Amino acid sequence: MSSSDSVVSLEDVTVEFGNDGGVFDFFGESNPVRAVNDVSLDIGEREIVTLIGESGCGKSTLGKTAIGVQKPTSGSVKYRGQDIWEARNNGKNASISFSEIRHALQIIHQDPGSALNPNQRVITSLSLPLKKWNPDMSRERREERIYALFERVGMTPPGDFLNRYPHQLSGGEKQRAVLVRAMLLNPDLILADEAISALDVSLRVEMMDLMLELQDIFDTSYLFISHDLSNARYIAEKSGGRIAVMYLGEIVEIGTVDEIIDNAQHPYTKALRWATPNLFDDRDDSDEFPIREIDVPDPTDLPSGCNFHPRCPEAREVCQREHPGVFQSETGGHQCRCFRADDSHEYWNSSPLYD
Amino acid sequence: MSTSDRIFEVRNLDVSFELNRGASRVVRDVDMDIYREETLGIVGESGSGKSMLASSLLNAVVEPGICSGEVTYYPRNGEPVSVLELSEAELKRFRWEQVAMVFQGAMSSFNPVMRVRTHFRETLQDHNRDIPAGMDRARSLLESVYLDPDRVLSAYPHELSGGMKQRALIALSLILEPEVLVMDEPTAALDLLMQRSIVSLLDELQAEHDLTIIFITHDLPLLTKIADRLTVMYAFGLIESGTVDEILYNSSHPYTRALLAATPDLDVPVDEMHAIEGSKPDPVDRISGCSYHPRCPMADMHCENNDPPMEQISSTHRAACFYHEEAAEAIPLRGDGNNPKQKGAVHE
Repeated sequence: MSSSDSVVSLEDVTVEFGNDGGVFDFFGESNPVRAVNDVSLDIGEREIVTLIGESGCGKSTLGKTAIGVQKPTSGSVKYRGQDIWEARNNGKNASISFSEIRHALQIIHQDPGSALNPNQRVITSLSLPLKKWNPDMSRERREERIYALFERVGMTPPGDFLNRYPHQLSGGEKQRAVLVRAMLLNPDLILADEAISALDVSLRVEMMDLMLELQDIFDTSYLFISHDLSNARYIAEKSGGRIAVMYLGEIVEIGTVDEIIDNAQHPYTKALRWATPNLFDDRDDSDEFPIREIDVPDPTDLPSGCNFHPRCPEAREVCQREHPGVFQSETGGHQCRCFRADDSHEYWNSSPLYD
Repeated sequence: MSTSDRIFEVRNLDVSFELNRGASRVVRDVDMDIYREETLGIVGESGSGKSMLASSLLNAVVEPGICSGEVTYYPRNGEPVSVLELSEAELKRFRWEQVAMVFQGAMSSFNPVMRVRTHFRETLQDHNRDIPAGMDRARSLLESVYLDPDRVLSAYPHELSGGMKQRALIALSLILEPEVLVMDEPTAALDLLMQRSIVSLLDELQAEHDLTIIFITHDLPLLTKIADRLTVMYAFGLIESGTVDEILYNSSHPYTRALLAATPDLDVPVDEMHAIEGSKPDPVDRISGCSYHPRCPMADMHCENNDPPMEQISSTHRAACFYHEEAAEAIPLRGDGNNPKQKGAVHE
């Protein structure tokens, strides 16, 4: 996909969090954490890209960078071709203003409880963004719009829910209210950061269906962050979207649902697949771990070579030495950062590190 | 299974809280047996009463909750213990030495200003155990959950990752060699890989220490990986129980079937997954008849007026539904009759 028809496009994005000498930094030792390392990603019109990985892998940081909330240390983030940070710092030359970009890229957080002001009725919290962006809109018109959307997401009668305080709503209802708030601005892209993880397993399908239904109406793209492969697969497959797997700051594999779920190349993707319990499988689990170390390495002290090699059951000598670049499938869509994706790589002649 | 295999017998258990807006019954009339050295999974949505049920096994329901009914514990040697009638001093010994608990927030189970070593030491001291022998045991327990004993024992809780803390907590819970481990959402805050690793570890620990494990979660797929038997809770009561295979491939309660259909699963086609209609009941409301009837597609007048008793479907399988024989036809599921252990064939 070329960047011209994508909503947001990230190019060689790196985000570092430095130890920039706080009060307690007597020794001046700074070990910056590279939360995102050299990531390029295009999110298309009406596309759903799901981002999965373990805690601390940088998926939230990447998400926030994509919607222009976190500034990248290097690399560029563009909204419809306009560099977001150019627009912010040098507004005069921008073809799209920063406030327009801000308006078009929205976020839903994991915990809907803390995303709504506990001291205000739901209607007040939901009116705020409309007041800010459409100050000329009359109160009647505003409420009409909120009521209509509430009805749309199944919170009926809307007046009953809207006049409550957040603590009077269930977790699922709060999350729907937050989704409505993001949708009110008719954004182009919504970052859903673990938006369904706090919900009961039995409510997740419902919430994802709702997101898809609203996508149909508003033509929104989603960057859907989750640590759960089965949720990612559900929403990606239903929308024909893609799944990106992150490990220690890098996208180690990205592709369609078929490519990632049924034809994974990276040993880390395979390990995630193993870790996802299925209801109706043959359950002849050989309890052999497909990883050699349970714990993730310290992100301030990354391993040499491939980040995954200390945990990888397939690691060979070359993996200790060399950092794998991105290998593309013939069609180009399926990308993977593992030597094993390249049939002619020296990996295959390298000596195995472990039996 | 003969009654001598039982380790817990629960009869007519009720837990209620007095609220301003009325009495709230959060566990309703539960009868349940737990067998020695099994892994029993208790599954239910948040607010279904599963944590309260677990707490009552240890007589640990917090004030002002009131627990009534009978909970009998059968030790390996000695007389049966009536858990709800134990004195404070007896409870203190019972809780760590016979039955240990692991909760969801490993973060809040450790004292943040005490090294992990001190947690082990104080537990041993409080129960008058030999400290050097106990600390040796601590080391081998930590090793068995893939932790480096030297590093972990001298660490403060904040120096460990979530998964490491949870594993250290499991090791701590086993320090006094309990017979039973009650785990309430022990993996909920963890990543998939860590969840799955802990589940595999529990299997090993169970075999090594002859443990009975009671595992409570809303995560049904995870439970099927660890449990021998499953009990499903809905609206503060038990509605179905059976072996994992009976629940997966032959579930007889419409709620269990709806729950199975609503669970995201990698192998099930996306259009076969459906959300459960309606919303869960409030503990203060008294629903007449079957607690699931307002959401049940099969409900009729009979269900609205009468509370269905648990009916025996096989020697190990029970369900509280008048129409359990018709449930499979009314709510078809992918797993129906597909039990690979019986048939050999896995997927169509």
